[in-house]
Amino acid sequence: MTRDLAVHAEGLVRTFGDVRALDGIDLTVERGQVVGLLGPNGAGKTTTVRILSTLLAPTAGRATVAGFDVVKQADEVRRSIGLTGQYAAIDEYLTGRENLRMFGGLYHLSPKYVKERSEELLDWFDLSDAADRPAKTYSGGMRRRLDLAASLVAQPSILFLDEPTTGLDPRSRLGLWDVINNLVAQGTTVLLTTQYLEEADQLAQDIVVIDQGRVIAHGTSEELKDQIGGDRIEIHVTDSSRIDDAVRAVRSVSTGEPLVEDSRVSAPVTGGSTVLVAAIRALDADGIEVSDLVLRRPTLDDVFMSLTGHAAEEATTATPPKKGRRGRGSK
Amino acid sequence: MATLSMGKPQMMRRPLLGWTIHDGLVVARRNLIQTVRIPEMLFFSLVQPVIFVLLFAYVFGGAIPIPGDAGADAYRNYLMPGIFGQTVAFAAAASTVGLAEDMHKGIIDRFRALPMSPPAVLVGRTLADAVRQILVLAVLSITGFIVGWRISNGLLPAIGAYALLLLFAYTVAWIGSWIGLHMPNPETANTAGLAWLFPLTFLSNAFVPISSMPTWLQAFAAYNPVSTVVLASRELFGNPTGIQPDYWPLQHASLYTLISCAVLIAIFATLAVRKYTRTTSR
Ligand SMILES: Nc1ncnc2c1ncn2[C@@H]1O[C@H](COP(=O)(O)OP(=O)(O)OP(=O)(O)O)[C@@H](O)[C@H]1O
Ligand SMILES: [Mg+2]
Repeated sequence: MTRDLAVHAEGLVRTFGDVRALDGIDLTVERGQVVGLLGPNGAGKTTTVRILSTLLAPTAGRATVAGFDVVKQADEVRRSIGLTGQYAAIDEYLTGRENLRMFGGLYHLSPKYVKERSEELLDWFDLSDAADRPAKTYSGGMRRRLDLAASLVAQPSILFLDEPTTGLDPRSRLGLWDVINNLVAQGTTVLLTTQYLEEADQLAQDIVVIDQGRVIAHGTSEELKDQIGGDRIEIHVTDSSRIDDAVRAVRSVSTGEPLVEDSRVSAPVTGGSTVLVAAIRALDADGIEVSDLVLRRPTLDDVFMSLTGHAAEEATTATPPKKGRRGRGSK
Repeated sequence: MATLSMGKPQMMRRPLLGWTIHDGLVVARRNLIQTVRIPEMLFFSLVQPVIFVLLFAYVFGGAIPIPGDAGADAYRNYLMPGIFGQTVAFAAAASTVGLAEDMHKGIIDRFRALPMSPPAVLVGRTLADAVRQILVLAVLSITGFIVGWRISNGLLPAIGAYALLLLFAYTVAWIGSWIGLHMPNPETANTAGLAWLFPLTFLSNAFVPISSMPTWLQAFAAYNPVSTVVLASRELFGNPTGIQPDYWPLQHASLYTLISCAVLIAIFATLAVRKYTRTTSR
């Protein structure tokens, strides 16, 4: 039955010394599906991807990819997947074309096929003009594209993308989303990790939220939003020392506990625009000045906040920085 | 955006050894392209041994007597094979640093996620590092020729000497690779990659005759493969060898070199490949 599943993981645990990076992850990805693994720094996203792509053995639990066991049938798994890691893994001194041909050769594809495929990919990723320049001279966006192209040489049916757009400017990010959507439209199964709630929302049908090595929520983005209730009211106070008063005022109109972040208070509400009026009255009665007051659909940010009790961004600063342990290709 | 073709290209089938050679050559080619693309690195890797030649030939040369040979050019002729031996030994440092950098940059991760032959990355690394020594030996030989070094035993033995030196370079490249796989970052690799090479090359007959050393050191130097590959080269090039103390390796320099290279490759290739397949690169 695991044969039809692109990815099937049960109770994945991975420890590094005292650190429990994964603490029992269950994950299924059906063929043709796009699943987003969403979590803050240190949540265990990379560790999960590394286990599924055979780079790391799980301490406990088991996983199959394309129906093959990631530990016992690593070679078969490797033949079925493409991997784009968190940091661009291309050779800087080789040109774009040489990079693709090298990886094609190592996939044991015929030289003729590798040649044609490399040209096709260079063209598709808009790298033809830069194809004969060492990758060292590429911009961050170009490197990312080459990196992704390299993982597509063998036309894998399953693609792992670890934070594919981190560090890209908004335009490159949109471009990459386009590319990913295109691959998906052609039937590629994608498991991608991201710290961007918007990105998971945009690309993935199914979102798995992980935090501290555990799955804390799972569903479509709509389901996750419903999970925390309907609309939300959000206010920004001008004077952040009055935040406690603001929370009290918001609580008087909300259906759930308000969440505070800097000078922002947000809370679930029902009743549409009439609550806005009620909120303004409550705030005004207390003499609290607000710079902004809106009613909106919940975002995944809210989902994260209500699931973990902290914002995704907050967790970012709470975890000691690991970024840069591997320079992203800087020399 | 045009659509990208999606299907399942046929992967070729071949026995494992065939793939190890194929993949090893692909990786070696990549490493050699790097050499060409960073000419500065190649240039400076040549400058150091050339400086050594000049330094030893003109500064220390007069102060080091070669027992059994009083000729004016004795030390320069004695010196060159020593420089060859020392220089190719330092090929190991390139392997250490190269692998540490590959791990650091994450390209090893990509290699490990490919269905390629596991030893190939190391085979390619050691092969490329040894091949690079051909150029190094050529430049050194020319420099030596300019300062008065001569090959005086015919072409065939000379080719044999170069072949032994390259085999030795390939051997130390495996040791260097094994060390490289243990390095936490390229900076450490830079230091650790060189640290063991200085005692190894100086506790040998590369620059001074073994007979001039204290007895306890003589034994170490005699069994040091650096000494035997240097001594074998001296014999094959027809250069002065000095008077050898009574140790078996020194009496059978070529044979001992061949045996020790074979043993060392067997040990360190096994260790390195095992480490490579298990390593969880950072
Ligand atoms: N090789 C390792 N040695 C020790 N600890 C590790 C190692 N790899 C990961 N960890 C730890 O495991 C936890 C999960 O790390 P992981 O890289 O999977 O997180 P992540 O979700 O990918 O984070 P990020 O968003 O920063 O990439 C972290 O606490 C991390 O410090
Ligand atoms: Mg990560």
